[in-house]
Amino acid sequence: MPNFIDRRLNPKDKSLGNRQRFLKRAREELKRAIKERVKSGKITDVDAEQNVSMPARGVNEPSFQPDNNTGERRHVLPGNREFAAGDRIPKKASGGGAASAGAGTGQSEDDFQFVLSREEVLDLFFEDLELPDMVKLNLKESVAFKRRRAGFSASGSPTNINVGRTMRNSYGRRIALHRPARREVEALADEIAKLEKEANGTAKHRKRIEELRQTLEKLERRRRRIPYVDPVDIRFNRFEPQPLPNASAVMFCLMDVSASMGEREKDLAKRFFVLLHLFLKRRYERIDIVFIRHTDEAGEVDENTFFYSKQSGGTVVSTALEEMLRVIQERYPAHEWNIYAAQASDGENISGDSERCASLLHDELMRLCQYYAYVEIIDERETEIFGTTDNGTSLWRAYRTVDGEWPNFQMTRIAKPADIYPVFRKLFGKQPSVQLRK
Amino acid sequence: MTKGAASNLLFQSSDWNFETLARTYDAIETIALDELGLDVYPNQLEIISSEQMLDAYSSVGMPLMYQHWSFGKRFVFEDHLYRKGRRGLAYELVINSNPCITYLMEENTMAMQALVTAHAAFGHNHFFKNNYLFQQWTDASAILSYLEFAKKYIIKCEERYGTSAVEEILDSAHALMDQGVFRYRRPPRLSSEKERERMRERLEYEEQTYSDLWRTLPPTTAGVDPSEVERDVSERKKALNLPEENLLYFLEKTSLILEPWQREILRIVRVVAQYFYPQRQTKVMNEGCATFVHYTIMNRLFDQGKINEGAMLEMLQSHTNVVFQPAFDDPRFPGLNPYALGFAMMQDIERICVDPTAEDRDWFPEIAGSGKWRDTLLDAWANHRDESFILQYLSPALIRKFRLFLLTDEADENYCEVASIHNERGYEAIRAALARSYDIGANQPDIQVMDVDLLGDRHLRLQHNVKNGVFLEENSRDATLRHVRHLWGYEVSLVGIDMESGDTLYECSTEELSD
Repeated sequence: MPNFIDRRLNPKDKSLGNRQRFLKRAREELKRAIKERVKSGKITDVDAEQNVSMPARGVNEPSFQPDNNTGERRHVLPGNREFAAGDRIPKKASGGGAASAGAGTGQSEDDFQFVLSREEVLDLFFEDLELPDMVKLNLKESVAFKRRRAGFSASGSPTNINVGRTMRNSYGRRIALHRPARREVEALADEIAKLEKEANGTAKHRKRIEELRQTLEKLERRRRRIPYVDPVDIRFNRFEPQPLPNASAVMFCLMDVSASMGEREKDLAKRFFVLLHLFLKRRYERIDIVFIRHTDEAGEVDENTFFYSKQSGGTVVSTALEEMLRVIQERYPAHEWNIYAAQASDGENISGDSERCASLLHDELMRLCQYYAYVEIIDERETEIFGTTDNGTSLWRAYRTVDGEWPNFQMTRIAKPADIYPVFRKLFGKQPSVQLRK
Repeated sequence: MTKGAASNLLFQSSDWNFETLARTYDAIETIALDELGLDVYPNQLEIISSEQMLDAYSSVGMPLMYQHWSFGKRFVFEDHLYRKGRRGLAYELVINSNPCITYLMEENTMAMQALVTAHAAFGHNHFFKNNYLFQQWTDASAILSYLEFAKKYIIKCEERYGTSAVEEILDSAHALMDQGVFRYRRPPRLSSEKERERMRERLEYEEQTYSDLWRTLPPTTAGVDPSEVERDVSERKKALNLPEENLLYFLEKTSLILEPWQREILRIVRVVAQYFYPQRQTKVMNEGCATFVHYTIMNRLFDQGKINEGAMLEMLQSHTNVVFQPAFDDPRFPGLNPYALGFAMMQDIERICVDPTAEDRDWFPEIAGSGKWRDTLLDAWANHRDESFILQYLSPALIRKFRLFLLTDEADENYCEVASIHNERGYEAIRAALARSYDIGANQPDIQVMDVDLLGDRHLRLQHNVKNGVFLEENSRDATLRHVRHLWGYEVSLVGIDMESGDTLYECSTEELSD
């Protein structure tokens, strides 16, 4: 008899520590991969598991290995069919699979993909956004659940016993099995007592008492055998976790796509949109995203067109705001939807239009929106000049007036990824005061 | 089927429980010990889940292992293949330790558990206990406690010196793992826990009492004649025991820049490398032995009426999968399957002993027709490694069966030439070439420490003995040399010397390498 040990209950994930070390090691490569993914993928995809390929640098394990392209080597191979000694097989030809067989045995570990969990992806995505830890935690948190009654079950904890249902089952079973009622037993006992009191000693009378006693005993035995409440009767209240009912939100992404917006500008804008989407996703069950791009005319487009197609023309920002207004009136009535808007631009606008934009916001949009964020993407060198000053493009100056009046309006200039987060700071700060759920 | 016959069965359904496992184990043990004459360590069978199996895979199959990112990389890789369904998990994993630990997967059916028990707990176990390589080069009873010590020690170092400092040393040590074994000299036994403790205490004491003042004493160089220096050098070289093939050992003992804890880590990596060295030299024999044992035992159990046809068919199916050998031009061809070759050779030995042909009598006069196949196999398992086993026992019949052929491949030609095929003229050549291909000493680069000028610039000189003109892969070579320099602390150079002509083929040094 050997020694059997059941190890199945031992902790799993013994390799988890090793996995984390490996990811840390490959961090730079993986970060680049995730960045690429954010650039090329959809906004909503960031918040999910991601396949990444094995990073090539940083994690190779060198050792002294023979070089397969030098010297003379000999292979013994099975399955000869037509070769005779002295035959020559050209290398790299289709028939020369044998030549590569020797070299190809060391299957490369490098060309495969593996899955990063959602947490790991977000960690990498957040890295150079410089979010405060609290916020990171908040974003990674999944949807809240509430336990809801959902019928009955035959098993559960004693605190959840449903008495009504249990007694109903017990009653039905007692009827079906003909359990004598206490009333019956008591009536019988009374009758015996009465007869015994009379006690006239006739044989018939005694026999009657005897009969009744036997019946009583039978009834009592039966009562004992069929319990009043049996374990099979017991029912428990069942609970099911249900996601908290969340209202829906719509997120408008507005972007200037005229020629002045280059790769870098678009990449920064995209990160800005992704982050807003993450913030919103945490709060709302359902989020629609509307993409509106504009040059001198605006239109609603799909995500791909939004980020990748080029358009030429001038820049009239107000067209985008008008388009947004139109879409809201058509599809997203403000009393049913939480409306968020994010606008990215390089600040260029046709002269005279910026004032129109400001008044559109003042008079109409800001009443409808929960939150409106405007980012102006500038050159890194320009940060020095503009920094915190009020001067700048005409659009910037016009928006300053809106910023002063509406607490839910945010604007900032960004030149690098770390600048993005401050735009959202206010969104988080005012969370308790403004009702976000309707 | 009569009732008596039915009750003879060890198990009937495919579900297992500990009772059927134990009953089956006992039946297998009886056959293994009494009929096959196996000699095994006590067995410890552990039931694990598939996740735990994946965990075990990535830490090179050991139940205890220190933490390192490369194991995480391996885990990610295995996990990926498993999830994609491209590779199933092994049914078992067995550890060369005393008691011998065998992992059984909980998903296995009862028939598979029986197969695995016979395969690992008796086949591999017997081989571990009796093969001379394992007996001489590894210490089965000490390995688990040593690994436990290693794991704790490395955790302690990480706490004290930081994870990245430990990781750097481990990275460098892992790069030299292949050069970290004694091939010809027997390694010293693992010292007992107590002795190790004492040695470490002594090191710690030396660390504490080290006084930097001594370093500031003026050197006593006045009047040293050159001949004395020369004598010193040669004496030093002799004292260092050069040339040395075990780079890790040399660095551990001689490197001037390593702290005591870093030396201990090198030692841990070296011990682990040494522990696995016999396994790499006996892949064909080890698997062949285990496969032959399970095949024989299962057939005996079936003959005795202890397992039913269903279970037997299930076992045969997985047995056939294990010993499947695709031909060289098959897309599935991964190389010669050690299970297939080993099992076929063991069966062939049985055939030669019991029912030899005239050819066998010619080739194997000592064993042909002797009938003592058990003794012959026990002897082969105990006294051979893959290379010598193939050289001794590969028969022409088997070469014909596998249709083996020998291909020579010269780098500067644009064709490969078929040197020999399975005919009278080719048998010897194929057998010798196949045996050589299993000789690790011949296939791994032979790199040795040749010289180090400890009194001068402390330049470490390594020599690569180039065989058949096979060089080293350059990127990997340079990266590894950087690791050597990291451990050595001074410049390192590598010279390639042709084994036959003695010519210098190439030279490279860390001085030329950019980081």
